[in-house]
Amino acid sequence: MNHPQAADTFLENPEHAKWHDRALWFVRQKRDKASKKLPEWEDLRDLAAGIKKHTLTKLSHYLQEFESKAQANGLHVHWAKDAEEHNEIVHSILEKSKVKKIVKSKSMLTEECHLNPYLESKGIEVIDTDLGERIVQLRREPPSHIVLPAIHLKREQVSEVFHEKMNTEKGNSQPEYLTEAARQDLRKDFLSADAAMTGVNFAIAETGGFVVCTNEGNADLGATLPPLHIASMGLEKVIPRMTDLSVFLRLLARSATGQTITSYSSHFHKAQEGSEIHVVIVDNGRSKILHEPEFIKSLQCIRCGACLNTCPVYRRSGGHSYGNVVPGPIGSVLAPHGSPEAHHSLPFASTLCGSCTDVCPVKIDLHTQLLNWRSKLMKSGYLPKSKVISMKVVSWTFRHPKVYATAGVLFRKIFPLLPTSLVYNRWNAWGKQRELPSIPKMSFREMYKKRKKP
Amino acid sequence: MDQLFPRTAMAVVEFLEKRGVEVHYPTAQTCCGQPMKNSGCASEVDSLAGRFYEIFSDYDYVVCPSGSCTSMVRHHYHDHLSSGQENELKVKVYEFCEFIHDVLKVDDIDASFPHQVGLHQSCHGLRELRLGSSSERNEKAFSKVRTLLAQVKGLELVDLERPDECCGFGGTFAVTEESVSCQMGKDRIQDHLSAKAQVITGVDSSCLMHLEGLIKRSGTQLPTIHVAEILNGSAQL
Repeated sequence: MNHPQAADTFLENPEHAKWHDRALWFVRQKRDKASKKLPEWEDLRDLAAGIKKHTLTKLSHYLQEFESKAQANGLHVHWAKDAEEHNEIVHSILEKSKVKKIVKSKSMLTEECHLNPYLESKGIEVIDTDLGERIVQLRREPPSHIVLPAIHLKREQVSEVFHEKMNTEKGNSQPEYLTEAARQDLRKDFLSADAAMTGVNFAIAETGGFVVCTNEGNADLGATLPPLHIASMGLEKVIPRMTDLSVFLRLLARSATGQTITSYSSHFHKAQEGSEIHVVIVDNGRSKILHEPEFIKSLQCIRCGACLNTCPVYRRSGGHSYGNVVPGPIGSVLAPHGSPEAHHSLPFASTLCGSCTDVCPVKIDLHTQLLNWRSKLMKSGYLPKSKVISMKVVSWTFRHPKVYATAGVLFRKIFPLLPTSLVYNRWNAWGKQRELPSIPKMSFREMYKKRKKP
Repeated sequence: MDQLFPRTAMAVVEFLEKRGVEVHYPTAQTCCGQPMKNSGCASEVDSLAGRFYEIFSDYDYVVCPSGSCTSMVRHHYHDHLSSGQENELKVKVYEFCEFIHDVLKVDDIDASFPHQVGLHQSCHGLRELRLGSSSERNEKAFSKVRTLLAQVKGLELVDLERPDECCGFGGTFAVTEESVSCQMGKDRIQDHLSAKAQVITGVDSSCLMHLEGLIKRSGTQLPTIHVAEILNGSAQL
């Protein structure tokens, strides 16, 4: 299904769509307040963008520095060229330790690699421990947002799935009650898991450590209890120095939810005695983007989700309408690299309003990249023939001003005579919910010619 | 503008002439190529950009009553012209409000419009031309368009809940993503209605045409008028 069709479905429930828009706008407003409390906000954005740009231009250097420092700390470092290799590496580590069950804190990368179904097929139980992620896992659906995975659901829907899977009281949708139920249920899993998996928000080349930002403490509990911790990171997650971290931590939570900082910013440098920490560094198409000047800035992304919250299209079509693990503007920029065939409608799921570009804490030129994608997809033949031909005709007309002027005169004469049924038909998408503009008797060029100069 | 909104274009001419500007309308002009660019057919833009340069390069200034067309020339012609041609155009093409605010430095608008007005901030004018501060950025609040409208007698600007959210027009987006486009437009209109606006104004006729189409279909009374007509004193309700 392409984006417009999926969006139609989402908007079939206007009340829910309105609620979704308002819920995310509320987050955007919280972000505005938090960012405006820092007079240096725009300087921080410049600085963060600069650090990321610098890092991306020396990426292999910083990744190797990270690897050697991490190894010196006793961490095991693995390299995966794609999702498949990532999953195999994770499985082989788990197999070696005879792991039957893992607890996982939120990681968009493992979603991107479709790790859960892979491990489940190998007989390993995977429990997502982030509350939102757990909810969508119980519903057997993907997250609809990279920071708020279950934002598409109302609490009544959460209550239903909890009742079904965890036997909570039917119809009790009190947030405190449901959260407590999830806590109690997850506690058993935390205690019985043989290993933990987390994502990585920032890997620090200088120290060989990495940082995981969460609000629920689930990453810490998971990573501390069992003797094995595997952290998966995209290769763009590395930053040069510890001091750079402060720039990103100040931007991340404020951009994501309007908090000054996430409840937990957990630093992992060395494993506890008798435990192991493994880091899997994943490429999965990222190094290809590194070589595309038009798109390289998308690798600066810190996955805060601010561009989703601000996007008027995302808010009114929902995360699932994008058919990609990462939805919204950043998802629409990243997805076609993997499969233009599957995702060619995404760069067009935008009015190019530019709100994403202005909200982005690392100054990714998101709406420009969406525009770049459109030309690129056209060149690769992904645009509907009807669109290409009509644009050719229009462009030809615009190159011939006399034809254009005559066509205008004819149009303004004939159009008002047409019966309504001929104008408003099922091929006229404009007229489904909108009136066409009223047609003036004269064009400006005719008026201009006839008028007397003062 | 030429075919559908001649009154707006005439308001621009009249306003500028009243201020002593010698205005020419070269009739060879047609379109800047924005629709082709935004729909991915960028190769169709080359010759239109070339024509634009041929037609307009001899003038001191090129004034355009549209934020998005102006932005097309200023920010997107680099792919379609030589850098010399692009730079030449870039510094002389102005959106109408921007021109009278920055170049003519008008501070005595002689117009009256005793109505409550909602300003729709078209996105490319706002976030590409920077006609005003955008709500996303931490910068001192300003708006060239508001500064001009504030000089109009009797005109009262209403405060919107979302002062710079997109209306959903977006060129071909309006038809390829029809349902989202219309929902965005309806939400914008509701914001203006809640703020008790009697008129919606803006710098782009395309946004206003989209909003007007939705308003007319719903039977609501909320006219849309291009800002040039209000500033020129020729706005008709």
